[in-house]
Formats: sequence, C-alpha cells, structure tokens
Amino acid sequence: MPEINVTPLGAGQDVGRSCILVSIGGKNIMLDCGMHMGYNDDRRFPDFSYITQNGRLTDFLDCVIISHFHLDHCGALPYMSEMVGYDGPIYMTHPTKAICPILLEDFRKITVDKKGETNFFTSQMIKDCMKKVVPLNLHQTVQVDDELEIKAYYAGHVLGAAMVHIKVGSESVVYTVSVNKYAKSHISAWIDKCRPDILISESTYATTIRDSKRCRERDFLKKVHETIERGGKVLIPVFALGRAQELCILLETFWERMNLKAPIYFSTGLTEKANHYYKLFITWTNQKIRKTFVQRNMFEFKHIKAFDRSYADNPGPMVVFATPGMLHAGQSLQIFKKWAGNEKNMVIMPGYCVQGTIGHKILNGQRKLEMEGRATVRLLISFALTKRLIHVGKLLACVFCFHTLQLDVKLQVEYMSFSAHADAKGIMQLIRMAEPRNMLLVHGEAVKMEFLKGKIEQEFSIDCYMPANGETATVTTNPSVPVDISLNLLKREMALGGPLPDPKKPRTMHGTLIMKENSLKLVSSEQALKELGLNEHQLRFTCRVQLQDPHSDPDTLHRIYTHLKSVLKGYTIQHLPDGTVMVESIVIKVSSSAEDTNAKVLLLSWSYQVKHRHCPCSRLSKLGQKHNRLKT
Amino acid sequence: SGQESAVLSPAKKLRLSKPSKSAALHVDLCKASSSTDALQYLLTFSRKPVEAESVEGVVRILLEHYYKETDSSVRLKIASLLGLLSKTPGFSPDCIVDDAINTLSSEKSHQVLAQLLDSLLVIGSQLPESPAVRLRLIEVAYKNLSDSSFGVRTKCLQLLGCLGLLEAPLGKDTAMRDVQSIISDYFGDQDPRVRTAALKAMLQLHERGMKIHQIIYDQACRLLSDDYEQVRSAAVQMVWVLSQLYPESIVPIPSSNEEIRLVDDAFGKISHMVSDGSWMVRVQAAKTLGSMLQVSPHFLEQTLDKKLMSDLRRKRTAHERAKELFASGEFSSGRKWADDAPKEKLDTNTVNLIASGACGAFVHGLEDEMFEVRNAAVEALCQLARSSPSFAEKCLDFLVDMFNDEIEEVRLQSIHVLRQISTHITLREDQLDTVLAVLEDSSRDIREALHELLCFTNVSTKECIQLALLELLKNLNKYPTDRSSVWKCLKFLGSRHPTLVLPLVPELLSTHPYFDTPEPDMDDPAYIAVLVLVFNAATSCPTMPALFSDHTFRHYAYLRDSLSHLVPPLRLPGRKQVYGLDSVDCGSGSGSVESAQLFLQQSLNRVSTIQNLEAAGAPELLDLTIRDLQRLGELQTELAGAADFCATFLRCQLLLMKALQEKLWNISVPLILKQNITVTAAAQQVLDESYKLEFLYSGLENRQVATIHHVRLQAKALQLILAARTRHGLDSLISSCEKFLQDVESFQRLFLTELPHLQDSFVEKLLELLPRLSSCKPVEQVKILQTTLRQSGLLQLRLPEQIHRATATIIEPTGESDNPLRFTSGLVVALDIDATLEHVQDPQNSVKVQVLYPDGQSHVIHPKPADFRKPGPNRHRLITQVYLSHTAWTEPSQIEVRLLLAYSSSCSSRLGWTDAMDSLHPAEGTVEGTIPFSKHVKVFIMPKPARR
Repeated sequence: MPEINVTPLGAGQDVGRSCILVSIGGKNIMLDCGMHMGYNDDRRFPDFSYITQNGRLTDFLDCVIISHFHLDHCGALPYMSEMVGYDGPIYMTHPTKAICPILLEDFRKITVDKKGETNFFTSQMIKDCMKKVVPLNLHQTVQVDDELEIKAYYAGHVLGAAMVHIKVGSESVVYTVSVNKYAKSHISAWIDKCRPDILISESTYATTIRDSKRCRERDFLKKVHETIERGGKVLIPVFALGRAQELCILLETFWERMNLKAPIYFSTGLTEKANHYYKLFITWTNQKIRKTFVQRNMFEFKHIKAFDRSYADNPGPMVVFATPGMLHAGQSLQIFKKWAGNEKNMVIMPGYCVQGTIGHKILNGQRKLEMEGRATVRLLISFALTKRLIHVGKLLACVFCFHTLQLDVKLQVEYMSFSAHADAKGIMQLIRMAEPRNMLLVHGEAVKMEFLKGKIEQEFSIDCYMPANGETATVTTNPSVPVDISLNLLKREMALGGPLPDPKKPRTMHGTLIMKENSLKLVSSEQALKELGLNEHQLRFTCRVQLQDPHSDPDTLHRIYTHLKSVLKGYTIQHLPDGTVMVESIVIKVSSSAEDTNAKVLLLSWSYQVKHRHCPCSRLSKLGQKHNRLKT
Repeated sequence: SGQESAVLSPAKKLRLSKPSKSAALHVDLCKASSSTDALQYLLTFSRKPVEAESVEGVVRILLEHYYKETDSSVRLKIASLLGLLSKTPGFSPDCIVDDAINTLSSEKSHQVLAQLLDSLLVIGSQLPESPAVRLRLIEVAYKNLSDSSFGVRTKCLQLLGCLGLLEAPLGKDTAMRDVQSIISDYFGDQDPRVRTAALKAMLQLHERGMKIHQIIYDQACRLLSDDYEQVRSAAVQMVWVLSQLYPESIVPIPSSNEEIRLVDDAFGKISHMVSDGSWMVRVQAAKTLGSMLQVSPHFLEQTLDKKLMSDLRRKRTAHERAKELFASGEFSSGRKWADDAPKEKLDTNTVNLIASGACGAFVHGLEDEMFEVRNAAVEALCQLARSSPSFAEKCLDFLVDMFNDEIEEVRLQSIHVLRQISTHITLREDQLDTVLAVLEDSSRDIREALHELLCFTNVSTKECIQLALLELLKNLNKYPTDRSSVWKCLKFLGSRHPTLVLPLVPELLSTHPYFDTPEPDMDDPAYIAVLVLVFNAATSCPTMPALFSDHTFRHYAYLRDSLSHLVPPLRLPGRKQVYGLDSVDCGSGSGSVESAQLFLQQSLNRVSTIQNLEAAGAPELLDLTIRDLQRLGELQTELAGAADFCATFLRCQLLLMKALQEKLWNISVPLILKQNITVTAAAQQVLDESYKLEFLYSGLENRQVATIHHVRLQAKALQLILAARTRHGLDSLISSCEKFLQDVESFQRLFLTELPHLQDSFVEKLLELLPRLSSCKPVEQVKILQTTLRQSGLLQLRLPEQIHRATATIIEPTGESDNPLRFTSGLVVALDIDATLEHVQDPQNSVKVQVLYPDGQSHVIHPKPADFRKPGPNRHRLITQVYLSHTAWTEPSQIEVRLLLAYSSSCSSRLGWTDAMDSLHPAEGTVEGTIPFSKHVKVFIMPKPARR
C-alpha cells in the first residue's frame, strides 16, 4: 500500500522551530524552516543531518514551502539553503517573500552584531537565499514538477500567511499554520472541501476557546480614549510586525470614527518598511480594510505619524507605538522611563512578556523598578528635573555609589491580549471544512495536543497523530488509479442499454487494460489486438451430452432441431446443410459411438464470449439432460 | 420593450400599410447566406418589439427556419425568441404550444433543448388558466428529465416547479407520479446544479401553495452538508419551509432514543450552518433563524451560549465579568492584571468544541468576518427578541457589543435593533456606558440613531441619567449641530424617568439651600439641555418645581414660548396660567387637535358663504381668514399643512378677486398701463401659487387637484383678458385663445369625474358656453371670458384626510460663520450641505440645490440619489456636497444656498394618469419648474486670485 510519511524535525510536540518533512507519492517536501527562539546553540535550528549526513539537501528534497514570515517558521532558511546547501525551489507567498528578508536581516544583526556570534549566515546569504524563492499567489495551482502540485489558501493569522494544499496524484496533504482571521471570528480561513489524506495543523492554543475579540477591542479603545481625554499619554510597546499594524488600524479607525485629534506616533525603523509592505499587499488583509481601500489605503495612516525622540517630552495627550514589545530595551523602554512617573499616563502591553523583562515585572504589579547602567543617569536627571529636585550633586553621587536607582511606576499598567493564533474551535472548524482522512498536530505542547487529539477522534472519528521531533507518522493511503477509456468502448457500452450510469453504483464492462509507458488505458479487445499487433485466438468450450436414441444421426439432429425450435422461442435456430444445428452461435452436432449406435453423443460447442452473456447454452445443456430423460 | 409596444399599439394601428414584421423577417432570413448572417438578422430583430397581432406569423416563420437550420447557435437564438415573443402583451401563446413542443423531438443539441424548455416555461406561465397545456408541458418535462445534460434536467425541474399540478390528477393517469417524489429523486443527482434546481423547484411548489410532504425533511437535511454552497443555501431554505409547515411534528435524534420537535431540530441544523464555510450560506442561515419564532426558548437561548476556556480551565466571558462587577457595586474600576484568569478546571469530556446544534450560533454570527453575516445575525436577533422578552434581555450584551463594530452599517443596524426591542429591556449602567460611548461617533447617522434609541430607553438608576446627560452634553459640545436632536432626546429621557431625575435636580440646576447661585446663561445650549430634561421630568412630578429657583421660572416662561415643542406646559404653584395658549394645550393633545380642526373647518365654511368674486366685503373676510389660518398653522403643527394649503388657496382667490375689481376695468386707456402691471403680476402670482399648491403638498386627492387646476385656469383666463387689452396683434391673440380653449378641454378630460363637484364654478359656465366660444371671434371670446370670470362663484375647498406641506430645513451650513471659505479662483471648493426634508415624495428626482452668487449667477445642482437617506416615514435627509467656483473677488461676500423642489406636470403620476394619456397629449403635459421650499442660507466665500 502507498503511504505518506510525516516527520517533524522541529515543532513536533513542541512550540517553535517549525520544520516538517513530508514524503508523499515519492516526493519529499519540507514545510517551513524555522528557528527556536529559546536556544542560542545548535538546537535553535532544525537538525538537517536527519536528511543527509553530508552533501547537499537538493538531492533529497523536491521543494520547501514557507507558510508565513514569523521567524519560528522561516528563521533557519538561509542557514539551510546557503550553509547546509539547498538549490531547489522555495515557495512562499508574495507578502512573505517581501517581509521575510527584513526579519531575517534584523535577526542576523541582533545575533551577530549585538551578541557577537560568529559562524552565522551573512546578509549576502539572505539575499542569495531569497533568490531561490518562487512566489505563490492565493488559489494558484503551482506545478512543482510533473506530479507534484501545490496550492495556497488564505490563512489570516499574519499578512501573507497561507495554508498549502500539496498534491501528488490523488494523494494530498494540507498544511496550515495558526489559522485565524485578522478579525474576531472563530470561523477561520476558508478552504475547499478537498478531503486531503492528512491535515497538518498547528495546535498552540489547543486547549483554549477565546472570547469575542470585540470585547477586548472595545476595552482597549476605551482605555486609550479615557487616558487621552484626561490629558495623559499612552505607550503601547509592540513588536514590529503583525499585531502592531492591527492595533494601528484599530486606533486609526477609532480616531476617525470619534473625531479625535490627539496625535498617534509610530516609532521609526523596521516598522516603516513593514508598513510599506502592508500598503502594497492590501488585498491580503481583512474585509474592512479591503472595503475602505476604494476610498483610501488604510495603511496610509491619516492620524498616525512617525515618532521622533523629542516628541516624548511634548505636552498634551498622545499615543505612541514603540518597539520592542517587552520593554526590555530600546525606544519603548526609554519612553516608559520618561512617562512612568505620571499617574495620568498609561502603558498597554498587547502581548506576552518573558520573565525578567520590565514588561513582565510591571504586569505582575511591581511598582518600584531598579534601573541599571548608563540609562539610569539620564533617567535620574530627567526625573530630578521633573520632580524639581535640585541636589544634582547628591544624585550623581548616588549614581556612582549604587549604580542602581529606583523608578516609581505610577502610570497605569494594562494588559490586552490580541493573539492571532487559532483556538481549538478554529481548528475544529477547519477540519469540518476540509474533511481530512487523518489529522496531524504540530507546534504545540504535548499535553494540550493530547486533549485536542481526543476531541478530534471523538467528534470526527478520524485518526489523529502527534509525532515528536524525529518521529515518523505513517499514513497508508488508498489512492485511486486513473485510467483512460476509449470513447468507442464507452459508446458501445451505452448502446447495450441499461440504466444511465449511477455514480454511486459500480458497473462492470468488458474491455482490455493496456499498461504502457506509465499510463493505463482501457480499450476494446479488437483495438488492443490491433495496437499490440497480436492475432486473435478463439477459445471454444465443448460439452458432450450422452443420450439414447435409436434413430439415425441426421434424424436425431432433426428431432433435436424441431424440439429446440418449439422450446427456445425468440432465438434464431438454423439447421445447416453440413449436419449441424446452430442456436445463435452455439453449434450442435450429433455423432453416434461405434459400439452402440443407440448411444448418441451430442456435441455442444460455444465460444468464450458466449459463456458470459445471457445465452441459452446453460439451458441447452439442461435441455439435453431433460431430453435424455424424456427418451429413456 | 414589451411594455413599450403595448403603449404604442393603438398608435400603430393607423399605419397598417407598412409591411408586416413577419414578412420582413421572412425576407431577411431567406436572404441570409450563412448561419452567421441569419444569427445577425435574428439579433437585430430581437431588439425591436413586435405587435401582438403579428407574433403568430413571426413564430411560424421562425419555426420554419428552425427546421432548416443546421447551426445550433441559430436554433438556440430562435428558441430563445420563442420565449421572448410569447411574452408579448396581448398575445396568447396557446396557438404555438404544439409547434414549440414538436421542436423538442427532433432536437439533438442539449443547449438548444434546454433553451426550448425554458421558452416552454415562459409559454406555460403565460397560460395559467389552461390545464391541458400544463399537462402537456409537464409530460414533456417528465420525458426529458433523464437527459444526460445538466442544463436540460435543470430546466425540466424548473418547469415542474413552476407548472406542476398542485392536486394530483384524479386517478386517470396513475403513471404520472406525484410531482414531489419525482423532484425529490433529483436531490441526489450527480450535478450540483441539478440538485439546486430540484430544491428550488420544490420551494417553488411551496410558494405556489402546495403542501410539501414531511418526508422531504430528511432529504433536505442531508443536503445541508453538500459540497456545493448553492445546494446548501437552497437546502437551508427548504429546511426552513418544512419547519414552518410541520413545527410540532416529532423527529428522532439520531444515535439516541430521544425525540424533539421538528422546528427545534431544524433550528439546530440551521444554526449549525451559521458556521458554514461559505459566507453566502452563513448569511442565508442567519437570516432564516430570525423567522423561526416557534422555536422552544431552551433552544433559542443556546444560540447565545459560549463557553470559554484557557488551558482547559473555564474562563468567564467579558460579559459575565461585567455583570459581576456591576452586581458587586464596583463600577468602572481599572482592569486588574489577570482578573480574567481562568478559574475552575474543566472536565475534558464536557467541553464541546464543535458546537453541535444551536450552541452559540449567534455568537458566531455576530463575530463573523463578513459584515453581511453580522448584519444578518443582528437582524435575526432583533426578530427573535421582539417576540421573546427573556431572549431580548439575554441578547442585550451582544447587541451592545455590536455598537463597536468596525463597519458603520452594522453599528447603525444594531442601534436600530436595540431601539426596536427597547420596550423589553432596561439598560444596566455598564451597558449604558458602552452605548453612550458611541455618542462621540463622527457619523451623524449613528449619533442620531443613538439619540433616537435613548428616547426610548429605560434606565435603572439615577447615575444612569446623570451619565447620559453628561455624555449628551459632551456630544453637544463636540458636535454643536446635534443641538435639536440632543434636546429632543433629553425631553424623552426626562419624561420617562421623572423619579430618577428628581434627586438630581439641585445638582443639575446648581441650586443651593442657602446661597444664591449665579444665573446661568440662557443662550447656552447645554443649559437649555439641562432645563429641557428637568422640565419634562417635572410634568409628572409635582414636587419638583419646589426645587426651582426664581430664574428657573423665568427661563421656563421663555423656553415655553421659544421652544414650545420641547418644553411641556407645567402647573406651577402660585402662578397664574397667563397664556391663553396654555389653556388650549393643557387639554389632552388629541382634543386640541380636534378643536383646531373644527376651527379650520369653520373658517372654510365661513369663506364658502361668499357667492362670487365680486361680492361685497369678501376681500376683508378672505384677508381675515387667511390670517387666522396662518396663525393656526403655526400653533398646531399637525394641521400646519392643511392650514397652509387653505391659506394659499384663499390667497389665490383674493388675488383674483382684487384683480377683477370692477373699477379697475372701467378706467380709461391711458391709465391702463399702470394698472395692468399690477394685474399682470397678480395673474402671474396666482399661476405660481397654483403650482405650489399642486406640487408642494402631499396627500392631495383628485378633487383638490381639480380645484387647483381650476384656479390655474382662472389665472390663465385673466392673462388672456389682459393680453387682449394691451396687445393689438390679432394673430397672437388668436393663438392664445386657441391655447386657452385647449387648456379648458384638457381640464375637462382630466377631471371628468370631478365636474359634478364643480357646480357654479368658472369652468362649469365655461363648458356650457364652449360651443359658442369655439365658434366666435377672439375679441368676443375675451369678452365672454371676462364676464364669466367675474360672475363665477368661489369654489369651495374640501380638505382631504391628511395634507402635508413639503418643507426643507438646511441644518448645515448654518450661515452663522464669519470666516469666509477661501479658495483659489478657477478651482472649486466643496460646501457640505445637510438638510432635512419633510413630506417630500421621491426626493431623489425632485430636490435640487440652488446656489446664488452675488453677481446674480445661479447654479442648480442635482444631488446624487445616494445622498438621500430616509431616517423616518415622510422624512428624508439630504447630506451632500456642492462645488462652488467663481472668478476672483476683491473681498469676501455671501452666496445664498437654498433647496428647490422641481416639478414637471407630466410626471405627476400620483394622479394615476396612465402613460398612454400622457403620450396622447404631449403639448399639454410638460410644464416644468422649480419651487424654492427652504429658507436660504448665506455662506461667506472668498475666491482669491491665483498666485503665479
């Protein structure tokens, strides 16, 4: 039996470092090539030695498909293609192709320039890698080679994220990342009822059913609005891509709707470039954005302007989006320090914060923070000025003595979760839509997967797999084999009558199956003979019936002839001059044995075809016996 | 084109000599050398209408060609023409049925076959009274149902659905199976289009009144999980139909022993479709849910069910948290970190991931990605909530959430919905808070819808009132143009919640038990808003006025007079009812309207005593009556239209009367000139007023229109007399006389039914004299006219039931701004116009904006149809932009903007004139013009010279 093998190199019962190998119909495909954020050593990349110990990957892989631009899905790409060596095609959607190199470059900068690592991929490698990328359009079927075809579907989640339908012959696999639309819905991205053999899905939020997004959005907007109204400043630390744009649009529309005037700033750098791409790929966004696009591009923000460091000291209300998202460094931290002392201000953390970051501390209610290093000096002085303390000398001494200083956090701290991952319902919805024969979960914690697995098996009664890294899940398939059929044969079959073809009932027909050069053909036997240059052989069956009859041979034959004529109505029966009787194509001869002239032997002979048709021969032989009895 | 031919048919009869259509077609088709040519001829032929009497001939020729034609595209066109031609009005296609059916037998092309069946369907539906034809067509459909092409099968099913016999033919033909079972066989067809057609045919049967069997239900339910969206969509409809037919039947739940009502089962299944993959199906399903009112409350409430979990722990929804917060007395506290932290651990077995049945259908629908689905869900929610108060209470949270939808239409829709179910509900404080947040919306539609909603809302506590007032004042501050709407809103808020307002009064009016507080500014809209709230609350709360300070009483008196529609009459202690008006108003509202009505009628009766236009004392009486009526219109808004109408009518009479005064006509020729000017002006004015009377007022009956036309006729007669006196050219006089006689004739034709009511009138006398008039000379005619006109009596005006004057008020621009709009000359500047229109019919076609520049230039701008909204019955709202441009000025100056009501007597379809009559008398028909019906607003503009 043919089978499909799925082996996660990363993300098997784990979060991060997505990399899944699929071999289907003799083709090997790599789905995603991500890195793990949690490690700084070799473990951060998938173990490509699983595929080959030495030598290039090109010989073993037919193609690589990247689902979206998050680093845990594309971070290892330059490493794989340039350092390990892969020259085959890499498929990703247009927006992913545009944004992916920005993130890779940023990632490289942090690792090499900041952390000083060596033996890492270079900018040139990223560029070379990107040259191997073949962009995909939504719903476009791309023929990788003669047999392997892939098709991308919209997956929401982040800009350009796609589900991929991979098909070889009649076997197929669908791979989907955290399916969820930009907006609120449990109803996730749409896919054909393509009934794949395996549906591979992420399961990060396998044990979560989320509340409506509308409530969270409303809360968020209300908080911002209230702060602005009382003249406070709002700081929203974000990561550059995805959520930031989503929040921007949310605020932009709200400002428009409520006719607000306070400025909104977006910190410069990476984001501007990303915003530019968002502008370009407007068709990949949600309905609201697409609808308003006729009037104006939503990403041509009317109220949102670029941020300058000096603006932070401006009086009056404002909203600032600043990177990074966990308040651990950079602009967001600087602004936070400036604004932390005023209880009118507010900081909104729109995502998860890692332990140890300031974001994590303030979310846990810590109101006094200890600051370190150079930053403290500047902070101190600005604080000193705002609090009108004049003992600068003492303060400086303070810095030199302790090198740490306490920062009173008086501003309000809010937490808003706007995760774009699919919840359990979203995944179930997708299964219902695609109707896969098997389910395979990746990118999630084992315990949570276990729960979802149980649910899937119970609700849909299909098998569900959750292989660990390096473990192979095997699914046997039952592919249908397409056969060409000649039109003449079909027409002949139609002419034979009978009911119209019913798709639900099998129907037998006669023909010859020719297997030639990898293709199967069903033709009529005459044509097959002609094509193969063979002679036709007749196969005849004969049968002897003994009977006692005192008459001479011709008389017996005549008697049989008249008898048959009376019994078999509706058949052509001929008495031929050469001493045979023909019933249709069945030949009957009579011969008497040498020793006993009364014992006649009736010779029946018919061809192979006749045997299977509705023919009188069985009746004939029975008849013979009857006749026999009749006489004796 | 069919209609056109009907209209034209009588006219064409005169041209019988023209070669008939069929002959021409025959020649064309014979000439055609190739099938491409023939197709071309047929295409051009099909663009022109064919007269009913020549249809049959045309069909014969087409069929003749049909049998000869080898090209299937030409046959296809002929087949489609058969259908088209049988639709010709006045033609009965029964004579071509047989021929059309015969064509089927020889046809090989499936496409042509399908088209032929389609044409047969048209023929069949043209002959609803002929059962024989029907039977034949059904037979044809049965025969072709087994065709291998989906197109043919689809058409056959359509034919069965449209023509299938509702009652089974009695016994005689047992071979003909029941239509329903035959159609339902095709529910399992291999082609999705055929499956859809089968479902549609069944629905068609239902629409035609056949009772669909209950066995269909199971089959339809199976089709709900079809691969194709159009099938699923039709299946949803089918299941709905059956649930309405057999709501109380009992169906088993598969894989269990339980049974439920069919309507509940269907409700569950359709709810499931709200999370379908195709948004079209989702819209369909969501809409359908709204009309399933018989569903059990238990199932209904499940649609709002949602269970949240996080890491397998149960989580409370934001709604639940809000409710708890409210219950614990804590309000609007800042969110604590992790107060939404998951609580108890869930049993994995009880978690239902794929919501089966009705679970959470609306939760899904309201959170759908497509706004169409959300809108449909809101609509359905509304319908269900209106019939079930408990459900209304439950869906409140969800509706309030929708106020923050990203698409304006959805927000607006949900506000309207909440307004519709507002009788069932009382808003909680936290809900009100969310609702009020929308007051800052920049869309005026949203704000006004919300004001409307607040007018009908019940709130629970005095804090709510305070909150609402606060937000409304904020709204007023931010959008001063909302003034009247906010005041109106507070009026209702006050009168609905007197007891809640009472404890707030000292604070609201900032009174103090010991100290005198400064008197607030009477012109401050915010202060007026507060007063409107307080005064309206005071109507049903007699203890309240005791809390007022002196200036409040003074302000009351002022507001009662200036904003009488907002400030109700109050019974103030120790104060005389000084205003005579109040005593009228103090009676119940309807009573006062009745008395006003009586007064109006009496005034009219009094006027009707005037015998003819020369009666002594008549002008004074008319003058007096007109003044009375005008005042009445101001006081009684309900009767404003009627009073105004009467006054205008009487003014016309008065003008005529003055113009005809004898002494004016007997003076010598040299003095005529000066006097002529005034009379000419009067005649013109009467004419203008008559158009106003006809087109500015809605609710007129034919009788009033006749009266108006009568006035117009009088004015025209007057003009004619004047013309005869001044001009000496006989030719022009002759032509004007002829024109006038034509007018009289057309009047007679139009108002034949009304003539009996016009006794003793000018026109009646005129009609008596008509034979003489048309034979005598113009000069004599004029003389006759003059005497008739002067002797004719005053026509009595009878008022219709309801009569309203079209009015328009320009809200924006206000005309108060001193800052000129500056723009570079030669370029344009857009001016926002916002106006409300009352009682305007078909404003899209009739309302125009006029801009008058100081140099006398005037532009008329026709707003786009999309600029008109309809916020209420008989009310329209025009929000548009007009573009201004001019050459450079040295200093800013004012332009005037006003609204015009365009009319054209030819399109006055409200009289029910048929188009035929119009086309018969084109000369009479088209009087076009405009009536200004709003006050003009002045706008400062300043076109600057272009800088080089």
